[in-house]
Amino acid sequence: MIAYIVRRILHALPILIGVNLITFALFFVVNTPDDMARMQLGVKRVTPDAIAKWKADRGYDKPLLWNEQAQGSARLTDTIFFRKSVRLFVFDFGRADDGRDIAREITTRMGPSLAIALPTFLLGLYVTVSFALLLVLFRATYFDLWGVVLCVAMMSISSLFYIIGGQYLVSKVWNLVPISGYAEGPDALRFLILPVVISIVGGVGSSTRWYRTIFLEEIGKDYVRTARAKGLGETVVLFRHVLRNALIPILTGVVVVVPLLFMGSLITESFFGIPGLGSDTIDAINAQDFAVVRSMVFLGSVLYIVGLLLTDISYTLVDPRVRFE
Amino acid sequence: MTPVVLWTDALIFALLAVASAFGWYSRHNPLLRSAWQKVGGSRAGMAALTLLAVFAVVGLLDSLHYRPRLESAGGDGERAVYSGEVLSALDALATGLRSRGEKTYSAPLATHLFARETVERADGTQFRAHPRLRHGGVHLDDPPAQHAADLARRFAAGALSGAAIWMVLAGVVALRLARRESVGLGVTWRRIWRGDTAVAWNAVLATFAALLLVAGPVIFLADAYHVLGTDKVGQDVLYLALKSVRTALVIGTLTTLVMLPFAVALGIMAGYFGGRVDDVIQYLYTTINSIPGVLLIAAAVLMMQVFIDTHAQWFATAAERADARLLALCFILGLTSWTGLCRLLRGEALKLRELDYVQAAQAFGVSQWRIMARHLLPNLMHIVLIAVVMDFSALVLAEAVLSYVGIGVDPNTFSFGTMINAARLELAREPVVWWSLVAAFVFMFVLVLAANLFADAVRDAFDPRIAARVTGADSGVKG
Repeated sequence: MIAYIVRRILHALPILIGVNLITFALFFVVNTPDDMARMQLGVKRVTPDAIAKWKADRGYDKPLLWNEQAQGSARLTDTIFFRKSVRLFVFDFGRADDGRDIAREITTRMGPSLAIALPTFLLGLYVTVSFALLLVLFRATYFDLWGVVLCVAMMSISSLFYIIGGQYLVSKVWNLVPISGYAEGPDALRFLILPVVISIVGGVGSSTRWYRTIFLEEIGKDYVRTARAKGLGETVVLFRHVLRNALIPILTGVVVVVPLLFMGSLITESFFGIPGLGSDTIDAINAQDFAVVRSMVFLGSVLYIVGLLLTDISYTLVDPRVRFE
Repeated sequence: MTPVVLWTDALIFALLAVASAFGWYSRHNPLLRSAWQKVGGSRAGMAALTLLAVFAVVGLLDSLHYRPRLESAGGDGERAVYSGEVLSALDALATGLRSRGEKTYSAPLATHLFARETVERADGTQFRAHPRLRHGGVHLDDPPAQHAADLARRFAAGALSGAAIWMVLAGVVALRLARRESVGLGVTWRRIWRGDTAVAWNAVLATFAALLLVAGPVIFLADAYHVLGTDKVGQDVLYLALKSVRTALVIGTLTTLVMLPFAVALGIMAGYFGGRVDDVIQYLYTTINSIPGVLLIAAAVLMMQVFIDTHAQWFATAAERADARLLALCFILGLTSWTGLCRLLRGEALKLRELDYVQAAQAFGVSQWRIMARHLLPNLMHIVLIAVVMDFSALVLAEAVLSYVGIGVDPNTFSFGTMINAARLELAREPVVWWSLVAAFVFMFVLVLAANLFADAVRDAFDPRIAARVTGADSGVKG
């Protein structure tokens, strides 16, 4: 198994290198550091000195790929590409454009992000899978029909409206929980409950429909007919046979997002004022802080690839037919 | 006036041409024809299609741009001077909505401003009151007494006109059907009513009935009032919502249009050639796919912003700059979303490659490119079509979120995202300014719901797996 994991990690390396090259091209080749400096300092009335200083402060004054002035290996290492892109591989994210240490920001902000994302993920999975099973149990009845209609209607509402409407009703009209904010420790529950519930409600429509399709596909298979033929009740068939076998397609979609939970949700966190990675990313986007956005892109890709790896491993755990090759 | 063709306009009309070409192709292809007939028989699908068609008309009208000629003081011999403002055919039709701005917020159908202001009386004393609107209900002498009656009168007139237009429409449909089938008008009408027609005309007519009963009163009321109120700077909210439709449609359709060639060509090539080609293409889409979508979009949009700002001299008018940004957003969204379709097509092409008819074509010495274009592509068309219609609603929703985050369309472009963003903080006011949000919500909900329902109808008709399941043992249950 360890050999398998190592081989998979080696497979992932070229992808990470590709991501790195794409981000490098996007951030330094499409626009030169001069353009960015001008953008940050204001397009008009900016002196060449100010641009030079801005670049020197942030280490953007080096050549892109090849440093003629340096000696030996420094020709390769004393460049923007090496300093800003290659260093990401050892998780050296450097400093944000406003001087904060990005790595420290990430470790401190991961907690609040997870505090929202993890309950949302687990409870959401539970709710949607149960709802989908319920619909399948009552398939081809009016309950199923209206359940699907409800799902399609809920899918058609923008997530922004769930948040705006939820904040307005629960926090402003009913005054149940604070509109936004965050606290450490058990006090956090007050702040977390609304964003978690809203995120779950916002995702119910599309996920339930998706799981329902998976279950319906399973229910037409031969082993289900066999189970029914030997006299098992419908609930036993559903929960013991169908649910287990449907785990494989469900895992494909679910496990891959688990590592990404660290990144938090952009929209939810910014609406509710949660000091997580998502709101940090939004702030960076609004402030055009390219260093933070670049780090987040790379971190997100690493986590996604970890998710793919976990998916493959989880297959072997739930499906005895899948073996490590 | 002088016509202006923005980039997105040109692409929209190119898309229209592609769609008509595909429609013509489907007419002569028995498989596609029977699938479309299945869509035509679906009541939800046809109702959704009717709504989408109305949205499309609004969007197309809004895509015929021109620059109005300025009234020049000089004689006829002078060269015409054109305004820097770019207008569209929709603006011309809705001149009233566009030009009748108020000072600030006013509630739907109101005659007075929403907030109190200090007003000076004739005798010099001051008091605080809700001032009259500049345009909303100015024809009334005594608003409190006449307001309700005037609203009711206009509403009734609008509803009656809507009903009259609907009857004409229903009559035309029934007459044409009756002539085609050479049966009596009464029989045809009963068939339509019961849903016994090949195309679900009852759904189409019912949708039109609902639409006209809403649109009629709105048009009559919009003549003298702000039907959906006005926003912070006094713009008519109905006008904002109508203008946002085009942006939503552009994002939803052009994005797929720009990504389709990549996804189709690369997907088929990967599946058909296999080996090295497959490895390279797989590597390409896995890499792009592994960057979280929002972040890749954010990074690309940020870079595009810098690029547009540093090349401001390329764009003659603000409309052109906003349009360039909209188009760039389509490209960026397309770039991040082609991977899913590409992977699907690769998988299918991999299966088709092994089938007898492809092997036969190879044995006959048909060239590789010809096999892909003539034998593989037509048999993958249903996947492409399903992907296009399924993506539409997701893209419309994504636009709103991206614009909220600040990485969507230009802040001066009308869009549901910018509308929501501007209206979001109004809920904190006391009393609440709810109409902008509700307008954006209703328009978006109807558009996306229609797109979702239509996508389902198309998928049910075109996906052979689902078609098999629906007609199979477990019938009545649709995926």
